[in-house]
Amino acid sequence: MNFDKLSRRQVLGGTAAIALAGALPAKRAFAADYTVGFIYVGSRDDYGYNQAHAQGAAAVKKMSGVKVTEEENVPETDAVEKTMESMINLDGASLLFPTSFGYFDPHILRVAPKYPDIRFEHAAGLWVPSMPKNIGSYFGYIDEAQYVNGIVAGRMTKTNKLGFVAAKPIPQVLRNINAFTLAAISVNPKVTTQVIFTGDWSMPVKEAEATQSIVNAGADVVTMHVDGPKTVVETASRRGVYVCGYHCNQAALAPNFYLTGAEWDWEDLYPKFVTMAMKGEKIPNFYRGGYKEGLVKSSPYGAMVPDAVRQQADAAKAAFLSGNFVIYKGGLKDNKGNVVIPAGPGLVQTDIKLESMSYLVDGVIGSTS
Amino acid sequence: MTFAVTSKAIGGRLIGDRFASTAEVVVIPVIAVIAALIAFGGFVGLFGVNPVELYTDMYMGAFGTFFSWQNTLTRAAPLILTALCTALPAQLGMVVIGGEGALVMGGLCATAAGLALLGAPPVVVQLAMAVAGMAAGGFWIAFAGALRHYRGVNETISTLLLNYIAIAILNHLVEGAMRDPASLNKPSTHSIGDQNMIGLIPGLGVHWGILFGVVAALIAYILVFHTVFGFSARIAGGNLRAARVVGLPVGKLILTMCFLGGCSAGLAGMVEIAAVQERANANLAAGYGYTGILVAFLARQNPLACIPVAILLGGIGASGGLLQRRLDLPDASVLVLQGIIFIAVLASDTLYGRFKIFQSKAV
Repeated sequence: MNFDKLSRRQVLGGTAAIALAGALPAKRAFAADYTVGFIYVGSRDDYGYNQAHAQGAAAVKKMSGVKVTEEENVPETDAVEKTMESMINLDGASLLFPTSFGYFDPHILRVAPKYPDIRFEHAAGLWVPSMPKNIGSYFGYIDEAQYVNGIVAGRMTKTNKLGFVAAKPIPQVLRNINAFTLAAISVNPKVTTQVIFTGDWSMPVKEAEATQSIVNAGADVVTMHVDGPKTVVETASRRGVYVCGYHCNQAALAPNFYLTGAEWDWEDLYPKFVTMAMKGEKIPNFYRGGYKEGLVKSSPYGAMVPDAVRQQADAAKAAFLSGNFVIYKGGLKDNKGNVVIPAGPGLVQTDIKLESMSYLVDGVIGSTS
Repeated sequence: MTFAVTSKAIGGRLIGDRFASTAEVVVIPVIAVIAALIAFGGFVGLFGVNPVELYTDMYMGAFGTFFSWQNTLTRAAPLILTALCTALPAQLGMVVIGGEGALVMGGLCATAAGLALLGAPPVVVQLAMAVAGMAAGGFWIAFAGALRHYRGVNETISTLLLNYIAIAILNHLVEGAMRDPASLNKPSTHSIGDQNMIGLIPGLGVHWGILFGVVAALIAYILVFHTVFGFSARIAGGNLRAARVVGLPVGKLILTMCFLGGCSAGLAGMVEIAAVQERANANLAAGYGYTGILVAFLARQNPLACIPVAILLGGIGASGGLLQRRLDLPDASVLVLQGIIFIAVLASDTLYGRFKIFQSKAV
């Protein structure tokens, strides 16, 4: 092309034509299938929070007449609003699972009213009746599975020192640390749990450092609550100490040291929700549960866990399945000596007070601030 | 890099020449981007993806529908503002990469201002937030400029480290002094209130940040290329000693340019709070500051060019999701594309002045 002869007018005209062509609405392609969208804050194969949800999505994929559309590494900004809208507008999704906690407020709350016919199912959000009816929030009492972890850890430790690598001192995390510690003490009163907070959900370098220093201090069983437990599991196994997993099954990363793990059971829940949505049934707006409701499960025991320990852990599971076991009993003390739950029947899992837990129980070495 | 552009612009004495040199500035990066797209097409071809299908999907996701445009422009909005944080000091030859920190400080101080004035008329709150955000971002980068001017500290290192400090301050405050006790599992400040949100541009469905970005880029362009101040800054950028010899106030230029760049990123932080998040929390550090560096370099530090480049990157971001969903490509493929474009555009710098058609005939 000879640019000498190209006039400014020609260039402007061409640019305008391109812009116009771009603005023309293209035909939307809607599939006949029922489309379900999954959105993850991190990578789908993180051996953790996101992988657990992706396994749920994989279970939905196997259903007939269902198309699954997935997007990973979506930040908790307006990017997720656009991803949700893109799944609705371009992929024809009717049911969305935006899985990260931070997607809820303000992003889902802002997008849902615009699409009243689309169902938004969110993990861990606190839906209240004043919120749009097409939003649902579901979550599992995974502290029950951490309690089972704690029983195995309490029995397997020789040094009576356990370690917990945690992201942030927020209620969900504190609940796991406390359940783990209470269980371990229930089978081995000499046990203490050293906790280290890394400050954020995905900090592989700090998680490795935290694991190292916990092991250096004498701990011989560690567990964690971070988005991707891979680093902690691998570091622990390299140091030759036992590890209890979290979010999903990490046994493959440390076959000789992985005792058991607290897992979500989204593979069970998601197909249920999708079936309900396809039939036009109403999914509860607020859905919670533990072992009994099938929202959490434990990884199979590692070969190194003796039968006696398995039986004790299985007994705890059975107690949760019967639905009348209380983790947080009356008269519970925090690690500063204050009574945090008054004497009496204690707090059952559904008690809303547990959702704002702000203390570490007696037996935990560490501080929330 | 900028000086190749400007010397050409100054050298073109006739209208036609000037047009030819402008064409060069436009055509070479476009060719570089096209080359990058071809290279990326080959790359995905290796993974068994049809490049034609890929680019059709990308076009659909970025510009194909009205919604796609909304998606693209929403993503582009903060990038124009954070790009200016790198592009303005670059006129002085400085490489500032502190957009992220300035954005975070801007967002944080804007939130603080908004919360302090809660109950005042929304216009007052919004103005106060904008001023607080811009001032915070401005002083944040101006501090790096002062370190450079008075203490000889390399501004690239200092702005990089200031990013970490800003994010640490943000986390410290939202998990401590500024925390809303009701924000249980996601430590955040109190909400600035629905009535104080700046909302969307009517009819467009994109928040006002995009307009702020375009206006800021225009102002920056005029400042850099059509004022004595901008001319002085570019002279100082070309040769600091020569600028001192002719009596240019180098310190003032450095501090002002850094301040203005920081203002721009700080405004991006304010917009992120007042148009998107409603409250400050860890989500403020979403990486817009870092993508802004990429935008500024791709725009060859020209403030005006930051607009189309930010839209291009916004479009790539918007269509990235579609690549994952339709073609099962990993999220990282978008980063590969961005990387290839970045390298292609930087490498194309050597092409300037090599094409006869762009050269001035009045030599």
